Amino acid sequence: MSAAQGQITYRDAIREAIREALQNDDRVFLMGEDVGRYGGCFAVSKGLLEEFGPERIRDTPMSESAFVGAGIGAALGGMRPIVEIMTVNFSLLALDQIMNNAATFLHMSGGQFNVPLVIRMATGAGRQVAAQHSHSLEGWFAFIPGIRILAPGTIEDARGMLATALEDPDPVLMFEHAGLYNMKAQLPIDSGPVDIERARVRRPGRDVTIITYGAMLWKCLDAAESLAKKGVEAEVIDLRTLRPLDDATFLESVGRTHRALVVDEGWRSGGISAEICSRIQEKAFYDLDAPVERVCGVEAPTPYPKHLEDASFPQVPTIVAAVEAMVRMHG
Amino acid sequence: MPSLGADMEEGTLIEWSVKPGDRVKRGDIVGVVRTEKADIEVEVYRDGVIEQLLAKAGDTLPVGAVLAVIREEGEAAAPAHEEIPPAPAPAAPGLTPPVARVRASPLARRVAQELGVDLSGVQGTGPHAEITQTDVLQAAEALKKAPTEKPAVPELRAGIRRAIAAAMARSNREIPHYHLETKIDLQHALKFLEAENQKRSVKDRLLSVILLIKAVARALHDVPELNAYWIDDQLQPKEAVHIGFAISLRQGGLVVPAIIDADRKNLDELMQALRDLITRARGPATKFRNHRWYRNHHELGRSRS
Repeated sequence: MSAAQGQITYRDAIREAIREALQNDDRVFLMGEDVGRYGGCFAVSKGLLEEFGPERIRDTPMSESAFVGAGIGAALGGMRPIVEIMTVNFSLLALDQIMNNAATFLHMSGGQFNVPLVIRMATGAGRQVAAQHSHSLEGWFAFIPGIRILAPGTIEDARGMLATALEDPDPVLMFEHAGLYNMKAQLPIDSGPVDIERARVRRPGRDVTIITYGAMLWKCLDAAESLAKKGVEAEVIDLRTLRPLDDATFLESVGRTHRALVVDEGWRSGGISAEICSRIQEKAFYDLDAPVERVCGVEAPTPYPKHLEDASFPQVPTIVAAVEAMVRMHG
Repeated sequence: MPSLGADMEEGTLIEWSVKPGDRVKRGDIVGVVRTEKADIEVEVYRDGVIEQLLAKAGDTLPVGAVLAVIREEGEAAAPAHEEIPPAPAPAAPGLTPPVARVRASPLARRVAQELGVDLSGVQGTGPHAEITQTDVLQAAEALKKAPTEKPAVPELRAGIRRAIAAAMARSNREIPHYHLETKIDLQHALKFLEAENQKRSVKDRLLSVILLIKAVARALHDVPELNAYWIDDQLQPKEAVHIGFAISLRQGGLVVPAIIDADRKNLDELMQALRDLITRARGPATKFRNHRWYRNHHELGRSRS
């Protein structure tokens, strides 16, 4: 940790958020595979077992269905559990608990039982962990009514989203991009909670709106920087919350720029990018001066070799090229 | 492509009213051709069967171009005409041909509507020549700068003016002109007409111009030297007396069909011929046959004036 220089990592930010929650509310506890003695598979919870003890930092058996189900039960029982799933692909083993139980209890109990549960997991590619550990399935989860989907892309959001999520009376899933854990930024370590309702304009621009989230935010910002040198001013929007989707922010932006590009690390067909494109054409059709475009992950199992993995996901040059084609060729 | 006027160089086939395999008789109307002067029905001069339609609606072809092939009775089926363009695939019944659509972005359409820009006249700069907002704004800017022009004279009308001007200029250039002047007391003639018309129903009444036509026709009969062409440096008298009669068209312009054998027609026949000409000249499509005597008017017209 380099808090001395005022810089913290995305990992530090999340750890501080968890620590703060544990300090402020006795009902909060953390559980998951290797979160205790090992310190978490991405070292997010390192040191928390020593600080808070095994009652509140609980290592679980290797059964996602069991410990997510236990988390749901604890939440129903009045606790405020934070459940960590190692990576997004393992969340599929808990999908039934998430979709059939966590997301439906409020409805099925006629409003009597809400599930104040926070589930955290690592998502995304870029670390050469191949086809089984490189998914971006947050778009899939955003399909499910009854849960809130968060995708912090900045250190400020990594630090501030958890507290707000814990206040939510219903299930919240937080997708932390594994490629961002080592990212550093200047942020006061005691930086406060943030809203989990609205998207944010991370860079203003007049020529095109780039809509993205998570780790892709930084590629889009780099692309915008490179486009600015060529005289193209791209506005970059960080969605932050994928469900419910804050379409007002990107629709307002498209109303000014008249062009929209969605950049999503997830697979293209049927992804969250398709939903965003659809809302733009439904609600901003007469503001469009060009077709809405997408740059998405290649629809294939993620390859292991670095060069092939790089080729499978949106990169700065591909984003720049897509914007240039839209802006130059469509007037 | 028939020559439908002295100065016609080309014509546009508007429609066929026959199709291959149809049996036609001399005098049948087979289609409509648009010249600079009018839309004119085209008739055929032979009996037979339409073998092939070589021109298609919308084709503009020079005078003399082959529009269609008619096989006469007993004539062997001709081999395919060399100039036949590949026949377009027949449209599925009930389907209208696709209309070329203006490709413009939704924003461009909205802005064009707000600024009153006609998108059909805007050049698009998109990857497939789509019209973008920028194109519309530029067009609107150009519209503002350009002085407001008077609405253009419709094409057909401009064509008629051009044709009349060309014919008049040619007439003045090529035909020897002479001018006669005399006074004629029309008192008796008009009294005769008045008395005659009192005996007739309104629709059968004679116009005074009928007397003039008859008088000119008789004069030409009596002085045949005047009923002649001056061609190849010599006078070429003609037996038949056809009198051209100028008729103004409703949509503007003028045609001059002829009253055939005017010297051999009595007043009633002349009146009948005149009514017929006027009705047909002002009808939707002027019949081909009347136009063939376009030139006669100018020659006779000159001799009359």
